[in-house]
Amino acid sequence: MEANDSTPLLEVCDLHKQFGDHVVLDGVSLSVLQGKIFSVLGPSGAGKSVFLKCLANILPPDGGTVAFDGRLLAAGDSAARRDFQSRTSFLFQNNALFDSLTALENTSLPLEQTTDLPDREIRERSLRALRELDIEKFAGHHPAQLSGGMQKRLALARAIVTRPELVFFDEPTAGLDPLRRNAVFAMIAKYQRQFGFTALIVTHDVVEALVASDRVALLDKGRICFEGTSMEFSESNLPVVGGFRDSASELRRSLEAIRSGEPFVYDEKIES
Amino acid sequence: MASIIGMVRLLGQHTVRIISSFGDFALFTGASFRAVAGSRRLPRRIVRAVYEQGTLCLPVILIVGAFTGLVLGLQGYYVLNRFGSEGLLGALVSLSLVREMGPVLAALMLVGQAGSALAAELGIQRNSEQITALDTMGVSSHGYLVTPRLIAALFVFPFQTALFVAVGLWGGSLSGSLLLGVESGVYWASVEDAVRAADVRECFLKAATFGLLTISLCAYHGFHAHLCRTATGAQAVSASTTRAVVHSSIVILVADYVITSFLV
Repeated sequence: MEANDSTPLLEVCDLHKQFGDHVVLDGVSLSVLQGKIFSVLGPSGAGKSVFLKCLANILPPDGGTVAFDGRLLAAGDSAARRDFQSRTSFLFQNNALFDSLTALENTSLPLEQTTDLPDREIRERSLRALRELDIEKFAGHHPAQLSGGMQKRLALARAIVTRPELVFFDEPTAGLDPLRRNAVFAMIAKYQRQFGFTALIVTHDVVEALVASDRVALLDKGRICFEGTSMEFSESNLPVVGGFRDSASELRRSLEAIRSGEPFVYDEKIES
Repeated sequence: MASIIGMVRLLGQHTVRIISSFGDFALFTGASFRAVAGSRRLPRRIVRAVYEQGTLCLPVILIVGAFTGLVLGLQGYYVLNRFGSEGLLGALVSLSLVREMGPVLAALMLVGQAGSALAAELGIQRNSEQITALDTMGVSSHGYLVTPRLIAALFVFPFQTALFVAVGLWGGSLSGSLLLGVESGVYWASVEDAVRAADVRECFLKAATFGLLTISLCAYHGFHAHLCRTATGAQAVSASTTRAVVHSSIVILVADYVITSFLV
């Protein structure tokens, strides 16, 4: 696939989603350019995962449109949906690996069930994907026998084995320590360049996302309140961007205040 | 007055929910059969399902079948002995097993082992987003997870029932002939005289129906573990597995009555 800097692969317009009275997405619009890494940042509970699941058709949006490669993904257009599914992959926060299958069987699964390739070719392609992610020697292992990092790589191997054009990453570093967070983002950047897919990542890891991404957006209270390059994000004067970006400085200020004997006041705005 | 209206409203809500769940179940089963069309490498999955419902359940079928026959032989002998009709022991054991006890008990055993395992497996796969992952890959989760099990059940339940009946007849012979002195030839001749082709047809029809209904019910409950209203996470899997086994057991007995009343 040929990356084109100016071609939007995915266009989202005015996306709405609510659960009961709780509005999660309130008119989200953005464009993801082909061959780029696009990260959607936001605090926990901002609706990032819901946004990604609406795009991947796991959750039906209440309103708005999603277009993939110029083709509108309408609710009743099953042909467009099938085309979309065959050209995209989804990496789940918890990897969603089949624990009763080996690493090789997990990787083979999408090829076995969505293509008519002969068994031998499926095996070769699956082993190649495992080799490319440096886990070929664990082909016969079950996910439970692999470390967290290897499970993540196995999930990525399963996601790329069909050679997708767009890969969705749902909080790929959730629950990982800083070193592993760096490793996961480095892995995404490496394989994105190697295979040329477009990556859409939702995460709350600001530093790693800014380093690894071509463009970032900030999702807050159901709306995109910033979209631009990593540099523009770093230099933005928007209070909401500053609050999220400079959370470490805020923590430092709070700790200094506590050490100097001031009473601690929990910021309830974070929870709301 | 307000409490009466509240009770009526509650009753109405429950009734609507039950009717709605019947509809959901019918749609679920229909979708699973429709998925045959788009399923790839289905025979391989069917073989795996036959192994789960067949090979893994063989011990329980053989043990329960043998002891059912042994007890039927004992009880039957003492009842028939009162009327001096011990010679009919084979007829009593065989008709009891072929027409009623074989299909019902074999199905109950299969639900206890294969059905509960299926509900729990699907519940865990739902909780860990494995089923959602299939959908995002463009793989029909019905076609991959449910369809092969339903097709396997249509063959495995009748086969296991036949095995249950065969072992039960041998158990009846053991207690009747070996322990209580009924002539072995008389026992088996009585079996041959009593069982007709229609009885065997009824037996297989019941077994296939029970298989289809119960495996579909267990899959339905596991598949929808995330919609459990009373629990979440591991407790939801536990609750849906319990519901799957209880509902399947009830359905076996209700379906048994309906089929029997039509065929007798």
